[in-house]
Amino acid sequence: MKNTKGPKGLTRRQLLARGSAMGAAFVVGSGFMAARDAAWATELTVLKPETFASLVQMARDIYPHDRIGDEYYVLAVKGYDTPDNAEDIEAGIEALNAAALGRGFASYLDIGWEADRVRILRSMEESPFFQKIRGGLVTGLYNQKAVWPLFGYEGASFEFGGYIDRGFNDINWL
Amino acid sequence: MAAPFDLNDDSVVVVIGTGAGGGVLANELAQKGVSVVALEAGGRYLPEDYVNDEWESFGQLAWVDPRTTSGDWRVSRDFSGLPAWIVKAVGGTSIHWAGASLRFQPHEWKAKTTYGAVQGANLLDWPITGEDLDPWYTLAEDKLGVTRTGGRPGLPGNNNFLVLEKGARALGYKEVHTGRMAINSVDYDERVSCQQTGFCFQGCKWGAKWSSAYTDVPRGEATGNLEVRDHAHVARILHNDQGKVTGVEYFDKDGNLQLQKARLVSVAGNSIESPRLLLNSASAMFPDGLANSSGQVGRNYMRHMTGSVYAVFDKRVRMWRGTTMAGIVQDEARHDPSRGFVGGYEMETLSLGLPFMAAFLDPGAWGREFTSAMDSYENMAGLWIVGEDMPQETNRITLNHDVKDQWGLPVANVHFDNHPNDIAMRNHAYKQGQAIYDAVGATRTFPTPPYPSTHNLGTNRMSENPRDGVVNKWGQTHDIENLFISDGSQFTTGASENPTLTIVALAIRQADYIAREMGAGNL
Repeated sequence: MKNTKGPKGLTRRQLLARGSAMGAAFVVGSGFMAARDAAWATELTVLKPETFASLVQMARDIYPHDRIGDEYYVLAVKGYDTPDNAEDIEAGIEALNAAALGRGFASYLDIGWEADRVRILRSMEESPFFQKIRGGLVTGLYNQKAVWPLFGYEGASFEFGGYIDRGFNDINWL
Repeated sequence: MAAPFDLNDDSVVVVIGTGAGGGVLANELAQKGVSVVALEAGGRYLPEDYVNDEWESFGQLAWVDPRTTSGDWRVSRDFSGLPAWIVKAVGGTSIHWAGASLRFQPHEWKAKTTYGAVQGANLLDWPITGEDLDPWYTLAEDKLGVTRTGGRPGLPGNNNFLVLEKGARALGYKEVHTGRMAINSVDYDERVSCQQTGFCFQGCKWGAKWSSAYTDVPRGEATGNLEVRDHAHVARILHNDQGKVTGVEYFDKDGNLQLQKARLVSVAGNSIESPRLLLNSASAMFPDGLANSSGQVGRNYMRHMTGSVYAVFDKRVRMWRGTTMAGIVQDEARHDPSRGFVGGYEMETLSLGLPFMAAFLDPGAWGREFTSAMDSYENMAGLWIVGEDMPQETNRITLNHDVKDQWGLPVANVHFDNHPNDIAMRNHAYKQGQAIYDAVGATRTFPTPPYPSTHNLGTNRMSENPRDGVVNKWGQTHDIENLFISDGSQFTTGASENPTLTIVALAIRQADYIAREMGAGNL
C-alpha cells in the first residue's frame, strides 16, 4: 500500500468479483504452475503464459507461505492480466529473466533455489515494477478471505454475536 | 426558527465537522436553544452500515482525499499520500477511535513550566489548568459513559489484555487495568454493553462504543435546533470589512457551491483540514489566512509519539477477539527525565486483523523474515504506545498549490520531523514493550513503526498571548471574535493521553461559553 489508491483499488468486493469471473481456471490444482499446463493459458487474456507463471513465482518469492497453495497467489496477481498492465508486466518479467541470465540461469523460473531468486529480487526491490507487485500483494494476497483461516484469523464476528460467549478471554497457558 | 435553516439565515452558528469536537459542540448548542447548521464533508453511516472488514471499512469511512507529506517520519515514506488515518463521515473520527478516555495529568497542562526549555521544541503552557477542566471532564465522562469513572465498572479483559497484564506485572508495573473506556461495560445511556466483537476501529456495530454519529448528532437534530448537511465540503470562510466572519462557502452533495450565512463559525475538521481551511480562506485583509496574525496556523503539528510492539508466543493468543484497546499500562506516563526524555507514554493493547497486520507490521518488508511473522499471526499479542511528542514550529500543515483536490482546492501538505525527545521516548517504549512480552515467554518481538496518524493535534493552538498561538482559552480565535476552533488542533501540547476525552470536554465547555456570550449580547 504505497498510497491511497492501493486499498481503494483492491477492495474485498472487487477481489471476490474477480475470483468468480475467473471461474474454472483455478480448479486445475495447485501444481499446475510448475507443470506449465497449457490448459490454463487459454484463460489468460493478454499476458504470455510464461510471463504469468513467472509472475506467480515472483509473488510467492516476495511473500512465501509454504502452507498456502498457488491458487491464492494466482488470484492475487491475476488482475495484471489486462491490456493496460500487460506492457509493464511483460517488461518487468523480461528484466527478471535478464537478471537470471546474468547469473547463469536460463530464466527466473529455471532457478531451483528460492534464495537465488530472492537475491535477484533484492537487487531490483527499488524498481517501480517490484514495488507495484509487492504493494499490490499486500491487499491482493492477505485480503483474500479464503486465506484468512490458513493464518487462523477469524474475520467478521458481529454476525456470530461477537466473542463475548465465544472465547474472548479463553487463553489458558499464562 | 426550526431546522432546516435558510442559506441566508445569518442568525445560525455554523459548525464545520461533526466528530468528537464539532458533533458535541453542535449538540450542546442545540440543547441550549441555539440554531446550528453543521456541515460535514462525508456521508452518514450508522452502526448497521459499519463493516467487520478492515479494507472494506477503510473504503467506506476513511478520509482519502489527496494529501501530501514531507519530513523524516517513516509514514511519509511508507504511506506518502495517507498521512492520517481519520474518518470522513458524520461522526468523524469518533467512529474509528478505540475509546480510550483518559484525563490529562495536572502537570501536562504546564509543559513549558514542567519540562523547561527543550531545544527545538516550541513548548508552551496551556492557558487553562487541570482544575479548570475537571468539572468538564466529569461531564464528558458521563456523556461518553467512560468505564472506571462515575461508578461505572471496568470492561473484562480479553486474551490480548491478559498477556499484557501478566507481562507488565512481572516487570513490576502497578497501574495495569482494562482502561477507562468510552465502551459500555454495562448498558448505559440507551447503548448496549460491549459484546467483545473486535473491529472497534471499523465503527462499533453494537453502538457500545460512544460516537457522536449515533448519540450527539441525532440528539441535537431531535431538538429542531440542529441541521446537519452531509457531503458538504467547506471551501472558504468569508468575512466582512470589520474582520468578522459572515458565513462559509461549501460544495454541496451535487458539487454546487453554496453560501451559508452565519453569526458565528466553529471549525472542527481535525488538525489537518482545520488549518487548511483557515489558510485557504486567505483574503486581502488576511493575506496569510484567517486568524493567523501569530503565524502559528498550521504549525506545531503533533501526532503523538507512537509505535507498536507485537510479540509472537509458542501458543495461541488470538488477540483480535474482543475490544481492540482492551487494557493499559500507565506507569510510564509520568514525567521522569531520568529516563532520558521529558513527558511520558502509555502502553495500550492493540490488535490488527490479518489484512492490516500485513500492511502495517513492517511496511515495505517482504521475504521470509516478514512472512514467518505473519505465519504466527494467531500467536501474536500487541500493544500501542502513545506518548507526548514535542511541538515544533517547522512541523506544520501548509497548502500544496501543486496538488488540488476534487474541488480544485490546494491540498494539505503534512510535514513532520521527529524530535530527538520523540525518538528517545519511542526507543524507551519499544524496550519496555518488548520486555513485557519477553516476561511472558515471547519467542520474537517486533518494534513496529507508527501508523498513519490518528491523533492529529496542535495546528491552531491555544495560548494566553495572541502572539504565541491561534485561539484563547475558550477556543475563540485571538484575531476574529466570532470564529472558533473546536477540535484537537486547539491543543497547546499533546500530553501522553489519547485526546478524544479532552476534545469532548473542551467542546462542552466551549458550548457553554458561546451560549452564555451570545445570551449576553457579546457574540
